[in-house]
Formats: sequence, C-alpha cells, structure tokens
Amino acid sequence: MDLHLLDAAPTPAERAAIDAFLGPPKDGWTGGAREPQDAHTAAGGHHSRSQRHLLLPALLAVQRRVGWISAGSLMYLCQRLTIPPADAYGVATFYALLPTAPRPPRVVHVCDDIGCRVRGAEAVCAELERTVGPAHHPPTGTSHELPAIGSGWIRSPCLGLCEEAPAALLTQAGATPVERLFGNATAGRIAAVLAGNDSTADQTRAPIPQAGDPDLLLLRRVDRIDPTDLDAYRAHGGYQALRLALDLGPDGVIREIADSKLAGRGGAAFPTGRKWDAVAKQPVRPHYVVCNADESEPGTFKDRVIMEKDPYSVVEAMTVAGFATGSEQGFIYLRGEYPLARTRLQHAIDQATSRGLLGDNIMSRPVRFTIEIRVGAGAYICGEETAIFNSIEGFRGEPRNKPPFPVQIGLFGKPTVVNNVETLVNVLEVLRLGGPQYAAIGTAGSTGTRLFCLSGHVARPGVYEVPSGTTLRRLLELAGGVAGGRALKAVLLGGAAGGFVRADEIDLPLSFEATRAAGATLGSGVVMVFDDTTDFADILRRIAAFFRDESCGQCVPCRVGTVRQEEALHRLQAHRPIGGTAAELALLDEIGLAMKDASICGLGQTAYSAVESAIKRLKLFDGVAPR
Amino acid sequence: MFGAGGGTSSYREVEETDVIFLWGANARDNHPIFFHHVLKAIRRGARMFACDPRRTSTAQWADAWLGLHVGTDIALANAMARVIIHAGLANQAFIANATSGFEAYRAAVEQYTLARAERITGVPGEVIERAALAYARADRAVICWTLGITEHHNAVDNVLSLINLALLTGHVGRYGSGLNPLRGQNNVQGGGDMGAIPNRLAGFQDWTKDAAVKAKFDAAWGIDMKAQYGRNLSQMFEGMEHGEVRAVYAIGENPAQSEADQNRAERLLTGLDHLVVQDIFLTRTAELATVVLPASASWCESEGTVTNSERRVQRVRKALEPPPGARDDMWIIAEIAKRLGHDWGQPSAEAVWNEVRSLAPMVAGMSYPRLEREGGLHWPCYDETHPGEQFLHGRLWQQPRGGPAAPFSVVEHDPPVEMPDAEYPFQLTTGRRLDSYNTGVQTGGFTSPLRRGETVDISPEDAASLGVGEGDRVRVSSRRGSVVAPVRVDSSLRAGLVFMTFHHQDQVKTNVLTIDATDPKSGTAEFKACAVRIEPVAAAVTT
Amino acid sequence: MTTLVSLAPPRRLVSLTIDGKGIEAPEGSTILEACRTQGTEIPTLCYLETLHPVNVCRVCVVEVEGSRVLVPSCSRRVEPGMVVKTQSERVVHSRKMVLEFLASSVDLSTTPEVARWLGEYAARPDRYGPPAPPAAAGARDGLEPGHHDPVEPGFRATVAQPTKIDNELYLRDYGKCILCYKCVEACGTDHQNTFALTVAGRGFDARISTEFAVELPRSACVYCGNCIAVCPTGALMFKSEYDHRAAGTWDESRQTVTQTICPYCGVGCNLELHVQDNEIVKVTSPLDHDVTEGNLCIKGRFGWQFVQNRASEERPQGG
Repeated sequence: MDLHLLDAAPTPAERAAIDAFLGPPKDGWTGGAREPQDAHTAAGGHHSRSQRHLLLPALLAVQRRVGWISAGSLMYLCQRLTIPPADAYGVATFYALLPTAPRPPRVVHVCDDIGCRVRGAEAVCAELERTVGPAHHPPTGTSHELPAIGSGWIRSPCLGLCEEAPAALLTQAGATPVERLFGNATAGRIAAVLAGNDSTADQTRAPIPQAGDPDLLLLRRVDRIDPTDLDAYRAHGGYQALRLALDLGPDGVIREIADSKLAGRGGAAFPTGRKWDAVAKQPVRPHYVVCNADESEPGTFKDRVIMEKDPYSVVEAMTVAGFATGSEQGFIYLRGEYPLARTRLQHAIDQATSRGLLGDNIMSRPVRFTIEIRVGAGAYICGEETAIFNSIEGFRGEPRNKPPFPVQIGLFGKPTVVNNVETLVNVLEVLRLGGPQYAAIGTAGSTGTRLFCLSGHVARPGVYEVPSGTTLRRLLELAGGVAGGRALKAVLLGGAAGGFVRADEIDLPLSFEATRAAGATLGSGVVMVFDDTTDFADILRRIAAFFRDESCGQCVPCRVGTVRQEEALHRLQAHRPIGGTAAELALLDEIGLAMKDASICGLGQTAYSAVESAIKRLKLFDGVAPR
Repeated sequence: MFGAGGGTSSYREVEETDVIFLWGANARDNHPIFFHHVLKAIRRGARMFACDPRRTSTAQWADAWLGLHVGTDIALANAMARVIIHAGLANQAFIANATSGFEAYRAAVEQYTLARAERITGVPGEVIERAALAYARADRAVICWTLGITEHHNAVDNVLSLINLALLTGHVGRYGSGLNPLRGQNNVQGGGDMGAIPNRLAGFQDWTKDAAVKAKFDAAWGIDMKAQYGRNLSQMFEGMEHGEVRAVYAIGENPAQSEADQNRAERLLTGLDHLVVQDIFLTRTAELATVVLPASASWCESEGTVTNSERRVQRVRKALEPPPGARDDMWIIAEIAKRLGHDWGQPSAEAVWNEVRSLAPMVAGMSYPRLEREGGLHWPCYDETHPGEQFLHGRLWQQPRGGPAAPFSVVEHDPPVEMPDAEYPFQLTTGRRLDSYNTGVQTGGFTSPLRRGETVDISPEDAASLGVGEGDRVRVSSRRGSVVAPVRVDSSLRAGLVFMTFHHQDQVKTNVLTIDATDPKSGTAEFKACAVRIEPVAAAVTT
Repeated sequence: MTTLVSLAPPRRLVSLTIDGKGIEAPEGSTILEACRTQGTEIPTLCYLETLHPVNVCRVCVVEVEGSRVLVPSCSRRVEPGMVVKTQSERVVHSRKMVLEFLASSVDLSTTPEVARWLGEYAARPDRYGPPAPPAAAGARDGLEPGHHDPVEPGFRATVAQPTKIDNELYLRDYGKCILCYKCVEACGTDHQNTFALTVAGRGFDARISTEFAVELPRSACVYCGNCIAVCPTGALMFKSEYDHRAAGTWDESRQTVTQTICPYCGVGCNLELHVQDNEIVKVTSPLDHDVTEGNLCIKGRFGWQFVQNRASEERPQGG
C-alpha cells in the first residue's frame, strides 16, 4: 500500500529493538538498504498487509528498549510492517503503556485505585510528590525533547496485586529492560527504586492464605510446587486431564464440560460447554483459542496468582480447549502489568513444547496445538472479549458489536473460544472428576468452586477458593474479618463493574443465582472490604474516574456518560450539586440508565453499577445537604 | 479492439474480478476513483500486479511490482505468454473458437525466454513467471493500461501484446475478464464515439469500407462524402511541416504545450496561414492564433453527454452562466456553419444527440430521459429496451462464434527510439501527478497543498552520484532542448531513470526535451522515453 | 446476445414485527433499512449507506424483545420473529441522553436535523452546568490515555478547541466533532484507503488525528475531500463554505445543485455543483451513483476554480 511516512528516522537503539523482534528487513522497500534487485521488483500486497498483528508486540519492543514511541521508531515500524502511520499512531495512543511523547526510561507506576486507596496509596502519592516531585506529565505542545532526568513516577489504575497493597510497577527501558510488579510499596521504597536501588528483584509473593488446604481444587498446587518445574506439575496431577481428553475425543470432552455446567468466570457466566460446542461445530477454519488473561478489573488478582504459581495448568487447559474445539493455535492475552506471569507462562510454554506437550504431535498423537503470549499495554477494555481480538490483530482495542459472536466471527474473523484463566483451569478439574461429579460441587445453578479476591480492609487479603454458594460471611471469616477489628461498612462484589452490598447483607450465598436475585453480581470474584472509616465519595469518584479513563471512546453513551457521571459525583463530593442532591442523584440515574442500555459493550453497560449500588443500596448520599 | 474502440469491462466487474494487471497505469494518482474500484477488489481478496518502470503509489499496492525498463512491455508480455503456453495454460478451446493466428504467435513468443526477458526488462524471471501464472490461472482477470503503454513509438504494438495475453487465456468477453484502456480525458472516449477521429464516423462506423454506412450518412446530411480518412494529430503536424496543412481550427486543445518536441510544435503553429482556437482559456496555442473564439466550459456551462472509460454515456449539465463573451461550442459551430452558408439553426444538445442516435446504432437506445433516469448507460445500447452491455465481445464465447475471429498479432520488442548513451546518460520518462492535469491550465486554478511546482525526480543513487540534494537546481538537456528545474529525490525511481511532468509549462517546458517519435498507427508520441543529461547549476541561474 | 452477469445470492424474506406491525424484510437487511422502508423515522448520525456501519453514535438504538440492552438498528440485521420497538420508553430515554451528551460536549450548530431531534426528545444539554473553557490549540492532541485532569466542579467538559486551518482547501473544526468515525472510514478501508486519519487517544480524550497530530500538508492526506463529504456535523468543511459562513454570505436557500461530469480524467465521476450567485461554492458527488459512491479526487473536488477565475482574469497564474 502507498505509505506516506513522516521524515523521521529511528535511533540505532530503536531500529535494533524492532529488528530484534521482526528480524532484519528483507529489502530496500521495507526499511533495509536498497539492493540492485529492488530496482525491478517489490512485494506490497496482501502478504505485506497481513503483518498487522505484529504491531502491538513490536511497539512494546520499542517501549521496552527506549521507554516511549517516537516518530522515528513508529515510521520505521510502519515501513517494516506496511501499516499507515496514522493507523499505527491511533493504536499506540490507545494504550497507557505506550506513550507517544518522551517519558523517562525508568518509571514507577503507582496504583492509586480503590484497593490500594484504602491501604494508603494516596498517602504514598502525596509523599512522593513531596520527596520525588510531581507525577510525570506528558510535555505540552509539540516539544519532543527527552526528559532531563532518567526516572519518574506516574499514577496507575489497579495493578492486580491488591493482596500486597499498595502496589507498584517498575518499568525500566533499556538494552536489558526490567519490569517488576511489587507490593508493599512505600514512598521510601519507590523513591529508592526510582533512584536506581532496585529492591524489587526478589519476586517472591506472599503465600495464599489457604496454602496446603487439602480441599482445594483449583489452587491445590499453588505454593506447593515449584511453578517452573514441569515434572513437579506432573507429579501433582498435571497433564492427566489432557491425556484423558485425548482419550475421550473432542465430543467426549465437550460432553463432560456441558455436564459439569461450568460457567465462565470472567463475569458473564456463559456456559462453557455451549461455547466450546458452538466453536467445534463451525465449518469455517481455522479455529482459535484465546485465553483472556487481561485481568484488569479493579480488585481482581486471582488469574495472576494462578499464572504466576501454577502456569502449566493454564497451558494444559488451553491445550484441552484447542483439542476439543478443533483449534491449533492459542493466544494468551496477558495484561502488560504482569511481568512475572509472562515469564512463568513463557517458561511453561517452552517446557511443554520441548516435552511434546505442545506442538505437532502432542502426546504422540496427531494433535497439533501451539500457544503464543500476546501482551497488553495498559487498557482495561482489552479484557472485553471482542476488544481482545482487535488488540491481537493490531488495531485499537475497541470492542466489536455483537452479534456476530466470537464463536462465529472472532479472532482474525474466525470462530474463536475466549475463556478467562480461571474458567480454563476449571476444565482440568472437570475432566479429573468427571462432569457430573464436578456439577455436584457448589449449588445447582453455580457448580464447582470459585476463586475470590479478598482485599481492602480485610485481615488476611488474598485469593480464596470456596465452593460456589458459600456465604459472604463465611468467606470474610476465612479471611479473618475486617482488619484491625473495625466495623464492616460495605463489601464491593465483582469489582468496579460490580456493586456494593451492605454489612447486613453478608449472609448472601456467593452463587450466580443468589447474587442475581439480590441484585448483585459475582463479576470477576472481587470481594473488597470497606470498614467504617471509608470515604465512599472518594471511592466512587475513583471508580468513575477509572471508567472515564478506560472507556475506549467509541460509543457516545460511554464516552460522554462516564464523564458526566464523574462530574456529577465530583459536584456531590464538593457539595456543589446542581439543583440539589436529589436532582443530582436523579441525573446520575438517567446517565446510568443510558450507559447501561445503549453502550456497545460491558464497560459502559456496567460503568454505573457500583455507583448505583452505593446510592441505592448504601444510601450514600441520603441526608447529604449541599454545603 | 476487434472493431470497437472501448474498454471491454465495467468498473463493477473490476471490483469483482480475481486478478488485476495495471500496466503502464498509475491509476492511484491519475484515475483515483477508478482505483477505488480496484481497491474494492483488493479488499475482497483480488491480487493486483503493477507493471511500471517506477514504483508508483499504484505499484505499492501490488502483490508484485514488475519494474520493467521503459519501453520493454512487449518483451514482458511475450515472456508471460511463453510461460503460459509452456505451463499448458493456454485456453485451447477459446483459441480455437474465437481467435486466429495463434501458431504464428506461439512461434514468435517462443523466443522470449524468461532469461531473455529478464535481460531486456530487468524484472526477475521468477516474478514474470509468477505474474503470468497468476493471470492464466485466474477465473477472472482484467488488464488495464494507460499512457505507459500508449505514449511510445510502438504504442499500437504494445496494446496488441496485451490483447494477445487476453486471447491466449480467454480473459476477454466474459463477466469480470477484460481489457481496459483508462482514458485520460473526460470525453476522449466520447470523442471517438462521436467520430471525432480521422477514420470513423459516429459509432465507429467506417464510411470508406461500408457502403451502407456511407449511404446512410450521405442521405442524412445531404452530401457525398469522400471515401478518405482524415489526418491524426501527428499527421497534421507533418502536414504543416510539408506545407500541406495551412489552416487549423483547434477546439479545446493546447498543442503548443502538449505536443512532444514543443519548440517544433510552436514553430509549425506560428507558420500557419490561419489558426483558429476555440477554448475556454487564452492558452499558449490561443496566443498564437489568428482568431480566438472564447468558449463556455463544456462540463458546467453547457449541456451534453460524455463517455467514460467503461463506455458509459452520462449527461453533463449547465450549472453556471459562462463569463461575458464566451459562447457554447455548439452555438459557435452553428454560427460558423451559417457564415459558410449552412443554416442549421441553433439545435439543442438533445437534438444533436438524437441525430447521433439515429445514425449510430450503438447508442440508439440512449434517450436523454433514460440517461437521466439510469445514471448513464453503457454502449452498445441498441434500443430503448436494451439495458446496455456491461462488457464487450461476449460474441467470442458463442458457439459458433459471432462475428469475425479475434486475431493474435505477432509483435516484437522494439526499444525506445532514443536510448541513453555516454552523452545523454539518463532516461527521462514523463507522466502526471495526482493534483494536476496535463498542461495545468485548469488545475492551476486552485491552490493544491500537494503541489511543489515542476521538479526533476531522480533516484537517491543518482542524487548521490550527481552530488545534488532535494531542491537543488539542475539543468536537464536532451538533443532538442534544455530546461532548469529543482531536484526531487524519489525512491520510487531506480538509478538512471528520471521523471518529469508537463504540468507547469510556464515554469519548466518539459516538452522541449521529449522526442517527437510517433507511432505510425495511432499518432501518439514517445513521451515516455528520451535520453537526457543532468548537470547541477548554480542556485542563481533560472530559465 | 446473451449477457452473462454475476448474480447475487438469492435473498429470502424475513417476517418480523416493528412497533406492533408485522412486516417482511429481505434477509440480511438491517432493522434501520426495514424501518425506513415502512416509513418509520429513526435518527442517525454515524450511519451512512456507503460506509460500513460502526454503530457508535447510538442515536439509532431500538428495543428488541429478548435483548438485555438496546441494539443499534443501523447494523443489527433482521431475524425471523424479531419484535422491534422504535419508540419505547427505554429507546426514547437513551436517544435523549445521547443527544444531550453530544450537545453538551460538542458544537452542533452546523449539524443538520439535530436541533429538531433535541426538541423532539426534550433534551436539555444545559443541565450539566456551564461549559469548561475551551482547550488551547493542540492541547487535546497531546492527551495520554489512562489519565485525565477533571474539570472544575460545576462545569461540564467539552471538546471545544480552536479550528485547525492548515491548507487552502478544507479545515478541521474538531470542536464540532462527534467522533462518528465516518471520516476515518472514508479515508480508510471503506473508500480512499489513504489512512491519513485515525482515531487517537481513548475515551473522552479520543480525537481524530493524523500521525503525531501533524498538520495536513505533512500528513498522508491527498485532499480528496471524501472525509468532508461524509462528515455529518460540519467539523470538516470546505474552505469556500467556511469563508462564506465567516462573511455571512452562506445561504443554502439561494443555492442550486446541478449534477454533471468531472472535466478531468476519463473515469466519469458524477459531480454535484453547488452554485450560489453563479459561483461554485462546493462540489459533492451523489452517494447513490456507482462510479463514485460519493467519492472524488482532489481535482474533481477542488479543481473547479479555473472556471471562475476566467471571469476576473484571462488565465490563471502559473498556467
């Protein structure tokens, strides 16, 4: 295609980073030196344009090397991949981790989202402002000078390490880039990291509170085995499910899944067996399996724990999914803020490949499956099942309209199974136990066990596995109750897209049917605890700001509605309501209903959920008079 | 082609074809909306091949760019034919049913091995082979060309070499397969349709060979036409050279600037006894005229029809009053007729069109109301109930074949008349840019942000060896003249090949460089190739 | 002679109910098409028959029985037995809010129809407080995703910003942009395939941009104006129209529109000449003509000035 490139050249480091990822350019037309044969022929057609899906990983390669996406690096990438520069710019500017203005090479992203907020994140940020300086801001205007200092800090939405709140992420660009997610982030520690005293090298995580509990299913290997050791995984039941699956055949696997009544754990609770069956029956080929590991719902970290501590289970489960649905290629779409999970998963994939558990002849059968990790770059919306496709394909991570559904037209326009990490690892248990036996766990409408992410004002935060239908009270007891013995005020169930329940509602059984009946949701398994000291107006504003920041901007109800929602909450918080509190609450309800009813995807449809529950369930603003 | 001068396919078919060859055609820049139809095909999955010495914006869309040397199209086409024949992909049934002269053709192209073609064209043999196989194996394929094929001293042979490929594979006369010259002017097709060519009357009817045609026109016009063709443009200039043509009536043409070897063109026009120029502008040609007749702009100040590259006749309408003094072309012609003793009255455009319909069967069905209602109609359209033909030559597929056989033509590679040598080491090829049109008389009227004035486009390699950079002024000289223009470094060019336009004639008279080597059959000059020398000049020097 | 042409696959008819009335619509058609065929008006902004539906403005939403949320009628295809409501309370509410959201954040003063819709749906865009001050030139172009500075409480955020004028042919007033994606689609895969424009940034900070927000003359823009042709709000405007509006002389009631053929190459593009006081003020192309589908190139779109230059001077400067 006829590209029009800006007159900007990559630096040697940028060129090297791109060439290291893509390999050297093939000819003078795509970025190499002009050779004699280039004078008379060139390719530029379908094949050249088919490399679009390499854009995001290539951008990330540049980001890891130099810390931002310059015009020179973008032009070179566009030439290499035959992508129009404006298009590539539109993609880069979609992602928070791909700045298109200079940013220092060493950046600490400090979580100030709700989970960390109630554990002192604001105080950390305030102290950083005092000791280190204000958070890094993009330069205004067109100045593209490199920053004088080599480090800076920046606020971040939830980093998925809520059990060790406050959390932070170090990204250090360079020839040997460093990316580390760390918890217990004090201002002093962050300042030291910014100054180059890296105290984050030890990636040991706190053990899960239930470690060693013999009743665990999904978490039974977590903190019991070396997550890098394939033999240890096998010694603890690993790869039994895949062997069973190969013996059962695709139809048999799908029957077991259907009998298990396993439902998706990502939030929508769609029956997994039906999804797999639908893809398996599609005549169009190829089929794809996508593991949704873009865990970004504020307060959610269960998938991270599995990926960090039991990565082979994800690889095995995806292989089962591929076999059952007739897919030979799987993608793990992993959020960019999980570097340790990436390392562990890649190691597991490599080991499994070298042992014949991935590749062309899996377990010596004529079964082929490969897995590729695709890393996100800071966009909550990419966890939406169709936004994932656009992101993998190299486009802006905007959700697609449904129908058509992914089982019909998914990744690269082909039938695709998208399952979240927790859902997939459940498949191993379904096969191990058998569908009916699995279905006997939990409740009739919510089978199996569930992982819950306890955070906030709770004594022992962490991931907990309990049978579906366990009451919230029981779960809170497991976690040691409210931290510091304070009174429980509310629990946020399901994350920012979920809703609050009151302290007097904690006998609620945590099943799909019970929460639905109560007007709540399990969502992604967030159980965030708030005590009686909580400033809920501040929490709500942070939630509203989160949705405003993470809206992709496609549809009007979400793009503008999230802004108007934040503004109204801001006015309420500042005690400057337009027309009184009741009028503001009515307005919020009108905004919320339109977002819920008319938005394209789940983000907009749920952007009012938590706010609505705080207003209607917690009666947060009742009796609040304008100042 | 085979009797009717027009592209054989509709744009719609181009969208729905499987393989497209754009040969000597930079449609992306010069036929942008036609290229939209190509893009639709590409987006559907069609493959596109571009044959062009430059890697133009069109070529950058191609699955393969065949960057042949200027004027080696026949070698390329013949080598493709040889590949197709040797691969057993010649469409024997079609050849037998619809064509003649295949054996001679087969023998001729046998000389064009891939090795030889690579030597002549520069294009790697495997790329030629890939293109040939893609064309032959396609269910549907079209070849489109423009001036890269026709602005050569052997223009007609070039076209015939492409027609041969279509006959060889049966890629003509079917939906989605065809041969399409893309017309450079909004009514160059219509001009031919109307008989504004030296050898046919309206509807491509030859009065010198067909007595019935002659009788029909004689009766309609009350005259006895001489059975003799007129002169084409090159022959007119030859006539001027030899004193046989002493008076010229030029309507909407600016030969003083558009002809190759401009110095000669101006000299000949100046030497005429009488030059009448009817134009919407006081062009350079009009400046030389004895009489200037200011005309209205035919596309917006008067009524009528034009025919596009897919043979679709469409209405032009009057939207504006012409400026004071300018008159409708038909009014002027009728008034001249009156002064010459023939009172035709003042017929309306529709009345004139209806006369055409009455004499040219191929447009007989195209009433003004139908043209309005149906957004134009493709010819042939024989009567009011005929929908118009989307593609031509379906007769070749009828069994038995309708009409005469389509002949293969033996054509041989014949390099440009003037090749680079020690004295003039560069090959100059000329063309057009997206935002400008021909001599720039019309497009000069708006401020295009893309326009940078005339430049000499050279490859990065030549810029380096000449020691010049972007914007440096250089003198470009051929055996006929010399101009000075700034350099534009263009990586779409290879070493040894330079490119200029003639859009900015007042600034840089590119056509004083070009060679007046014309094709004897079509009268087109070899604008696409001449030899030049390039020398850096000091910044202060101007033309 | 037999003319063999490509045949479209056969289309069956689908029975469905719209606003209580049973109708039949061809399989594959959209709810919007079905509604328009039977005379039911549905407002649209981001929809255009020559573009792939992006269904982002959500002003065309309707209620479909069994669907949890409202569906965009512009892209949702009819299904057998579908029960559609185009004027239910939920539909009316969402449309009103979408119109309020747009009118409270974007200058809709040159968007046709929208004033009427605002009235019909009783939208009150002013109830979100007074507008925050407009952004400085270029400020919105540098916004990074994932962060924002909230406006002063009591004010409402808007996309107001100075008009971008960087060439003589058309200008971009993104304070009027509703982000309908039409220009991006027309510049991209749907028609022009030049890809000079993109949506950059995210959420409310999303904006139409060139690469690194460079001015058009540095960008890939080829000035075909096909973006202007599809812009529903006047955010993209011919300089000729802009100048007339600035001078107070733009008067559509005095304009005639005449269809003719472009004077340049032989493709035969249909032009619509918009003429006011014997002067061409802009050029468009009919959407429903299959040569152009509404598209033109720079010459067809802007190359008409020579006709007018003749009146004042014998020949244009520069030849």
